[in-house]
Amino acid sequence: MVQSLNLLKESPSQTAGPYVHIGCTPNFSGIDIYGGDLGTTMKTGPVQGTEITVRGAVFDGTGTPLRDAMVEIWQADANGIYPGNDPRGAADPHFTGWGRSPGDMETGEFTFQTVKPGQVPWRNGQLQAPHITFWIVARGINLGLQTRMYFADEVAANADDPILSRIEHQNRVPTLLAQPDGAGGYRFDIRLQGDAETIFFDI
Amino acid sequence: MTQKGYFARDTQWHPPALTPGYKTSVARSPTRAKLSFPTSLSEETGPVFGHNILGPLDNDLIHNFAAADQSAIGPRIVVYGRVLDETGRPVPGALVEVWQANAGGRYRHKKESYLAPLDPNFGGCGRVITDENGCYEFRTIQPGPYPWPNGPNDWRPAHIHFSVFGQGFAQRLITQMYFEGDPMIWMCPIVGTIDDPKAVESLVAALDMSRTIPMDARAYKFDIVLRGRRQTFFENRAEGL
Repeated sequence: MVQSLNLLKESPSQTAGPYVHIGCTPNFSGIDIYGGDLGTTMKTGPVQGTEITVRGAVFDGTGTPLRDAMVEIWQADANGIYPGNDPRGAADPHFTGWGRSPGDMETGEFTFQTVKPGQVPWRNGQLQAPHITFWIVARGINLGLQTRMYFADEVAANADDPILSRIEHQNRVPTLLAQPDGAGGYRFDIRLQGDAETIFFDI
Repeated sequence: MTQKGYFARDTQWHPPALTPGYKTSVARSPTRAKLSFPTSLSEETGPVFGHNILGPLDNDLIHNFAAADQSAIGPRIVVYGRVLDETGRPVPGALVEVWQANAGGRYRHKKESYLAPLDPNFGGCGRVITDENGCYEFRTIQPGPYPWPNGPNDWRPAHIHFSVFGQGFAQRLITQMYFEGDPMIWMCPIVGTIDDPKAVESLVAALDMSRTIPMDARAYKFDIVLRGRRQTFFENRAEGL
């Protein structure tokens, strides 16, 4: 026997189930207790930077969109500062950095009205390409899936990104690139399984 | 600025993505290996929620959907506990959101069609933010078990869903709380996605008669553990070990 490390174990994850909306977006599911759902608005006033809309859907291994997923995003402001607890200083006071979308009940499409994030340094100070962190939960997903959305039109920054450039299977990098939709927004579809499976991260 | 990062998740402890006994996971589980890399600011920061978002009844599911002078039907309970990280340190300011079925196992949701009736005085959601010691508490009614279309005769044990924010987005967690002594825990395919019985036991809340409110509500204790953050052991060093 050896000494105990006295560490606790993380609470194991369980699926969010089909009724995640009751707890996380109750107004969306018709329960008006809180007066509004958290995460529906990322802009609380005039924001700095370029305003964009990010749309997409989550698809299962048969190509069917999930109509009961909940997607959350976390990102820096236009200057590359995270709202809330970034040790480097204060972010845009009118930007929350965090969004939550239950997706459309028929099409599964999620929508975020946000701003294009600035560049954030990696651990060694090197700048990462602009990106948005995604977290996906749903019925059938036992542990929330983390991935990142990058911007297909940030060609130079993406080429220098410390994560994108390290991926062994470069033919999978396009699964992380949101495409301009021609209307000042971006389309980012997430595929859980199959040939075009999105890269998920074990962070 | 030092970046300390989070302890890696123990993938043997968490349920794997593909768990065929839970049928929906079959088409919703990635088949490629996940990409591992160390955390950066993108994962070590996270949204901060102030107490100003909370209403006075947000942590009282017995009353937060009820008509005036009425209350939800079912066994009245208090659920309390702490949010800690793996080093045992409390996580203050953590937003905890909960949702559940009513006493008969019926959810208030458009897509739910179980024949057990809705309780007109029960909505089924609540939320609370942990105090400076990581403590939280809410009151509710004990949910009933409910049948679900997985196997031909599968029933969920009584459970309350928990969504928890830590201080970094890397700590984000959704899980479920079960109740001490429920024989259905060990039959459930969703519980069964977890391999280690000790991990399952860590999701079973203990009946705590010492916190029971006599003639009012019984109490269950449910502590939640989020990923630990690496320490810098010598503060005069630029980087942690």
